[in-house]
Amino acid sequence: MSFDDAYDALTDHDDDARWAYGTGFSDPLAGVPTAVPDGVDPADLAAYCLMLGDDALVMSHRLQQWVTRAPELEDEMALANIGLDLLGQARLLLSRAGEVEQAGIEQAGFENAGGPARDEDALAYLRDPADFRNVRLAERADEDFAHLVARLLVFATWRLALLDRLTSSRDPVLAAIGAKGVKEATYHREYAAGWVVRLGDGTDLSHTRMRAAVDAVEPPAGELFEPHEVELRLAAAGVAVDPSALREEYDGVLAEVHRVATLPPPPPFEAATVGAGRDGVHGPELVEILNEMQELARAVPGGVW
Amino acid sequence: MTDERVFEETIAKDQRVEPRDWMPDGYRRTMIRQIAQHAHSEIIGMQPEGAWITRAPTLRRKAILLAKVQDEAGHGLYLYSAAETLGADRGDLTRRLIEGRQKYSSIFNYPTLTFADVGVIGWLVDGAAICNQVPLCRSSYGPYARAMIRICKEESFHQRQGYELLMTMMRGTPAQREMVQDATDRWWWPSLMMFGPPDEESPNSAQSMAWKIKRHSNDELRQRFVDMSVPQAEALGVTLPDPALRWNPGRDHYDFGEIDWAEFKRVISGGGPMNAERLAHRRRADEDGAWVREAAAAHAAKRAEARA
Repeated sequence: MSFDDAYDALTDHDDDARWAYGTGFSDPLAGVPTAVPDGVDPADLAAYCLMLGDDALVMSHRLQQWVTRAPELEDEMALANIGLDLLGQARLLLSRAGEVEQAGIEQAGFENAGGPARDEDALAYLRDPADFRNVRLAERADEDFAHLVARLLVFATWRLALLDRLTSSRDPVLAAIGAKGVKEATYHREYAAGWVVRLGDGTDLSHTRMRAAVDAVEPPAGELFEPHEVELRLAAAGVAVDPSALREEYDGVLAEVHRVATLPPPPPFEAATVGAGRDGVHGPELVEILNEMQELARAVPGGVW
Repeated sequence: MTDERVFEETIAKDQRVEPRDWMPDGYRRTMIRQIAQHAHSEIIGMQPEGAWITRAPTLRRKAILLAKVQDEAGHGLYLYSAAETLGADRGDLTRRLIEGRQKYSSIFNYPTLTFADVGVIGWLVDGAAICNQVPLCRSSYGPYARAMIRICKEESFHQRQGYELLMTMMRGTPAQREMVQDATDRWWWPSLMMFGPPDEESPNSAQSMAWKIKRHSNDELRQRFVDMSVPQAEALGVTLPDPALRWNPGRDHYDFGEIDWAEFKRVISGGGPMNAERLAHRRRADEDGAWVREAAAAHAAKRAEARA
């Protein structure tokens, strides 16, 4: 390493091992065929990609809000890491939604045929709350660290089960996104479960807070297993996952984590009292998230970043 | 050979002092202070840019920024670990930080007003940090020197990403170009202050040079940074806010104007625009997380007891 020019000294790339994560980033979609599978309505497939993409985008936003205020540096790292994983999944899924949506427009010969597809940024920054398709769980604000890990446990357990099944989707793009996501969600679930156990078993105070958190977060989670008609149609076509099929795995994992954490068994799901996020019905919390996320992108029309 | 003689020979031969080696108390104290201040700077430095993660205007920029702030947490961790090899305790160092008893780089006491600040911090602040830190890869203290190699690699990545953001914005709208110029105007002088007081007023330098935990003087590094930055500013198309800045063929360096050392002293001793807020934010995170850390310790103790 030369020390005469500080920047020059840093431009040698023959020692990848010095980088924390290596420098060999690979594209999970390289070589994957992108045509819409036969017999599948592109509008359905686009809607489905938005559902899974918005879940990841909105959940990632909530995790980003924890960066610089986690209990330990290790948790700053972990939460940023999980937020990055979900952001990466969101980018793949939103990009796919835009491409497939455009393919549908071309196929139907609509008047906006021949135009550019909406890209990941158009979909993330230029849609209004009612056009977001994420589950309500993703948008919830966390009152404290116990709420965060309770919510992350529910989200990651459900998403891991979903992505795992998505690996055998007839749509090669969704299958590849699933395969990438399984490795990530496995860690997300492990991280969250580890903290639920530590807080549940730790001190009287942490036990009380952990219990309050699961009582607040878990009962409304029934929405995660309610299939939307788009999911049912695509599941029948071998493309999507019917979320009601994920319930058994979810129940098993949650029961085991509660047991090890010395918490009472998971509370039952409550009947839905609010509209479904999958239909674009959201609370003020999503409005707050989008105000923050979209503020700058919308404030500079024609800006390039 | 006495312990002291072994230590002196190690330094003279440009070899590394390792944690189990004998070292003078003053060397140990100075290293702990230097590494801790560096670690604190990484952790406090997460805040000015961290504030823009949720508002980043594209998903790509959001991912880059989130990864960068995560890197800074990682740098803090390596550095606290390096300090612990000298017998320091991370919890104690954190208390010293949030009680204002140990310093961090004063650059982080300035606010980030627009997204161009994210780019300028990468270009100038990380650039200045690189100039300061590349020589530290040869610090006589082994664990610090090795941590610095990885940190410098990652910093250079951040520097290039910041500069690339600015290049992109300069190709955008007039409002965006104004943002870049405005951010450059605000960060240029504080970046020059990152190299510390002028040599004649730098109290710890002589001993640190002798111990080879410092390799170049403050003014030498500052000059190097100015010389590197001027052509980069020209390529970018921004003006550096210093009318006295001009090439001096006699010296083979750029001359530059007088730094406002009164401002430097004010900011480093707590009077900067964001000092109170930066520390309050860190203190709040520490206090809010106390019950979580206590729970983790209690759980670990129960586990250990069950195994025994």
